[in-house]
Amino acid sequence: MTDTPAFDMASAGETARRWRRTALRVTRTLWFRRIVVLVVLAVAWELAARWQSNPILLPSFLEAFTAFREASLNEGLLAAAVASLSVLLKGYVAAIVIATIIVSIAAANSFVRDALQTVAAMLNPLPAIALLPLALLWFGLGEASLLFVLINAVVWPFALAALQGFEGVPETHRLVGRNYGLTGAAYVRQILIPSALPAVISGMRVGWAFAWRTLIAAELVFGVSSSSGGLGWFIFRARNELYTDRVFAGLATVILIGLLVEAVAFRGLESATVRRWGMLR
Amino acid sequence: MLAPAIETARETRSAAPVLEARGLTLDYATERGPVRAVDAVDFTIAEGERLVLLGPSGCGKSSILKAAAGFLPPTAGTLSLRGRPINGPGPDRIVVFQEFDQLLPWKTVLDNVAFPLVVARRKKKGEAREIAADTLRRVGLERVLNSYPHTLSGGMKQRAAIARALAASPDVLLMDEPFAALDALTRLQMQRDLIDIARETGLTLLFVTHDIDEAVLIGTRLHLLSAHPGRTITTLDASAFDIRDLGTAAFETVSRKVHDTLFGRTRAAS
Repeated sequence: MTDTPAFDMASAGETARRWRRTALRVTRTLWFRRIVVLVVLAVAWELAARWQSNPILLPSFLEAFTAFREASLNEGLLAAAVASLSVLLKGYVAAIVIATIIVSIAAANSFVRDALQTVAAMLNPLPAIALLPLALLWFGLGEASLLFVLINAVVWPFALAALQGFEGVPETHRLVGRNYGLTGAAYVRQILIPSALPAVISGMRVGWAFAWRTLIAAELVFGVSSSSGGLGWFIFRARNELYTDRVFAGLATVILIGLLVEAVAFRGLESATVRRWGMLR
Repeated sequence: MLAPAIETARETRSAAPVLEARGLTLDYATERGPVRAVDAVDFTIAEGERLVLLGPSGCGKSSILKAAAGFLPPTAGTLSLRGRPINGPGPDRIVVFQEFDQLLPWKTVLDNVAFPLVVARRKKKGEAREIAADTLRRVGLERVLNSYPHTLSGGMKQRAAIARALAASPDVLLMDEPFAALDALTRLQMQRDLIDIARETGLTLLFVTHDIDEAVLIGTRLHLLSAHPGRTITTLDASAFDIRDLGTAAFETVSRKVHDTLFGRTRAAS
């Protein structure tokens, strides 16, 4: 990222100035600042834990890190993460499909659109996890209940965002598409979907964040759907057995997976599409 | 700026007009019922002619263009393309809008121009791209073929939109104040280039503007409209004028005459 062209007769002062400028530029980058924040947090944590010196209440950063490595290797942390992610993926995909169908109908029919907006507004202030007791009553202890809560957490925010995206397609784009004689499915695929893509991706992102939080919370309430529990269950069990360092390891995994999906999947999708096209800055 | 003629003027296919309006009446639906935008307007555009609809805002000139594009059905009267009534939008009448966002942001400039060829003219992608590249070269955009529209200036976007319309080789090109959002210098350059292209290709054009000088420059014929609702005032021949005549006495005379016809009358009436 630095530009150090070949030069001759550069004095020592010039080189030092160049270095200072490079260093200054590095401190302005986002990743550098993030690393600084993480390091500061880790050090503060380590100091606080040592000063407090009660590993059951607050294990130190290094202990938690060791527990994280240990749990990944031997205690089934990875398996728990995989179990959580597989439930999440099932629910997320189902929710996106359901929402897409609802939005397609809502885009064509104004009554369905108003109905969708009403239902979404009703369910918006309700945390999706609040439906878990009902879900347990209806579907029993098991994956079905988790999926119900998950789908509910994703469908409404995503459907609303996507609907807004389709309604916000500029009139000029619509006219251009119609001008070329596009109708029906071809019109939707070639004009409406790409034009609404920024809103659709942002809806998927919000839906993903809701789903991940809701799932972990649901797993904390009841974890075992089959033989293997998810991450929430891992945290809950570790707490019951007073392995506080493992609780931290579980929490760290939740954060890591969340960040990874956000930074790699969604950010990557955006850079390859809407950012590249200048539809999002 | 423009390459020499690639395409020679199209031969005249028939004496029948390309676009014809007979007693064209257009209404807009509002909350308080329909409002008449255009009242019984007649005009014809022959092959290779450039008709400019000129009038103050509210004269319904853009509505006429929308109706010709097939976006707005006539309340009464007829609009026909080569003798067939217009029933809806179609790629035989490509529109160049005023808005810069008419280029689809998710396609490169090249693919934007190739797009109507692929979806409307059923060309293969490679062939469509070749035609698109040729046309873009003709409007001076050979350096931005693979750029996305958001990296282009307003003038370049309008150039690309014009290239897209030309590449699709429609029966008639419809332009709705395409240069209105450009700065004065760019606008002048674009007008000059459009006239050159029109001369080379003999394109048939329906052009909407409220700028009198632009109308006299671009049009071979001017169709003047009054406002609320739009009615025909008169039709003028302007084929003698060219970009070189800008500022000459003859040009000023015609400009003033158009101005007086459009506004003098209303001033006398009020």
